[in-house]
Amino acid sequence: MLELKEIYKTFNPNSPSEKKALKGLNLTLEQGDFVTIIGGNGAGKSTMLNAISGVWPVDSGQIVIDGVDVTKLPEHKRAIYLGRVFQDPMTGTAADMEIEENLALAYRRGQTRGLRWGITAKERGEYKTLLKTLDLGLESRLRAKVGLLSGGQRQALTLLMATLKKPKLLLLDEHTAALDPKTAAKVLALSDRIIEEHGLTALMVTHNMKDAIAHGNRLIMMGDGHIVLDIKGEEKKKLTVEDLLQKFSVASGSEFVNDRALLS
Amino acid sequence: MNVTALMKAVPGSVAQGLIWGLLAIGVYITYKVLDYADLTVDGSLCTGGAVAVMLMLSGYNPYVALICAGIAGMLAGLVTGIFHVAFGIPAILSGILTQLGLYSVNMRIMGKSNQAISVDKYNLILSLRDVPKAILVSGIFCAVMITILYWFFGTELGRSIRATGNNENMSRAQGINTKTTKVIGLMISNGMVGVAGALYAQYQGNADVNMGRGAIVIGLAAVIIGGVLFGKIFRNFAMRLVGVIFGAILYFVVIAIVLQLGLETTDLKLVSALIVAAFLAVPYIKGQHRINGKKGGKANA
Repeated sequence: MLELKEIYKTFNPNSPSEKKALKGLNLTLEQGDFVTIIGGNGAGKSTMLNAISGVWPVDSGQIVIDGVDVTKLPEHKRAIYLGRVFQDPMTGTAADMEIEENLALAYRRGQTRGLRWGITAKERGEYKTLLKTLDLGLESRLRAKVGLLSGGQRQALTLLMATLKKPKLLLLDEHTAALDPKTAAKVLALSDRIIEEHGLTALMVTHNMKDAIAHGNRLIMMGDGHIVLDIKGEEKKKLTVEDLLQKFSVASGSEFVNDRALLS
Repeated sequence: MNVTALMKAVPGSVAQGLIWGLLAIGVYITYKVLDYADLTVDGSLCTGGAVAVMLMLSGYNPYVALICAGIAGMLAGLVTGIFHVAFGIPAILSGILTQLGLYSVNMRIMGKSNQAISVDKYNLILSLRDVPKAILVSGIFCAVMITILYWFFGTELGRSIRATGNNENMSRAQGINTKTTKVIGLMISNGMVGVAGALYAQYQGNADVNMGRGAIVIGLAAVIIGGVLFGKIFRNFAMRLVGVIFGAILYFVVIAIVLQLGLETTDLKLVSALIVAAFLAVPYIKGQHRINGKKGGKANA
């Protein structure tokens, strides 16, 4: 479903602030894989998701989504294949537009946007049904501006938007990190449910080791611009936080100490 | 202040406000919808006026001339858009470059710095000689344009332009080509400005190479006055555009008052700049107070 082959990316090359963010990253995902990604700050987790999304071109390597080489495609063209939810709840939605308008924008991902009216009565009915499943009372607020919603509501809406048109790949970039624990748990549960219902292939970056263990069928740990640990199948099911910490120190030859992960 | 003279000047202010209101709607599209400070306006206003006047002087129907003025404005917007999205030039600088270049283009179109067109010899759409008619005609233009724009910004394409101005990252993540939407927005905006230029040139009876100088500030004044005074009442998109037109009319009424107070016409640029600065300052200072108030509230709790 997704193939990353020898991806390299350096920011600000040949300058004092040079940062080699990805150094020969390789990753292959099977259809239906739900992979959680952990790693220290600057390990390249978000950089990997941005490379897949096409936020900027990679220096070298190849990115293939469902058999299509997207390495040279601009961000908006790759959007056809991708559903994305970001860390900052502000990023995923248009604050000054209505809930239904945001959904209508997402509904047309991958389509040519012409002079047809931007939202139909039929869609509106579908949106109501879908919003009801979120259980946040948004179904009665279709015409409310998204800027009026709380962070958790916005993330739930973004999640809905990301999966309204079934994506080949769902990218969740620490999408619960900016939420309070209770809301974060709700949004995580919603993510689980949506991924399962649609049988989606998903990548989820998280800073929380417990979440990384509890969710998905595969866990990868990144360090220094590539993957240092890849745990799947039965091994993943039996994994504990202690195992993970121990495996990390073996894999990287250092203690996993410089990170928020230990605290949660 | 001579109130009688002021009352006599008001209808003219309304007519000018309606004509410049079209320009202000153009500014609204870039400044508010696209979140793009486009300075092309100062050049494209004159381009619209120049194209319309030259075509009418060559015997073309005034409505044909008007449409061509709109197209000329759109081309100016296209150039600014290409500077920005294809060459990576910052938004403000792209507009400044086009505006500067247009000076030469406008001189080429007109052949000299001023081309007069007399309402006695040509069949003009409107003129300051007949102010009530000018108000009626420009009022109809505003109504038609607002209707068209209301429809357009409700379409899939229109909504994707609004999304681009609102959240560019989200727009790209939803598959919107934000380069294209920006260029289209700039073209629509400057097309409106071109039409405004064509009407204004007819209203004052000439196209002048300097007629657009400071136009962006007048447009901004209308947008900001409209937003500050009517933002709370007019929430719907079409009504916001109506608010912008009201803003433009108010601006010209204020200018008429200022002139009655004895200021020279050459003082008007300073007055305009100060009006815009004042109306920009109001929401900012209010915001500052709100932040301070919030902080205070937290400290007490």
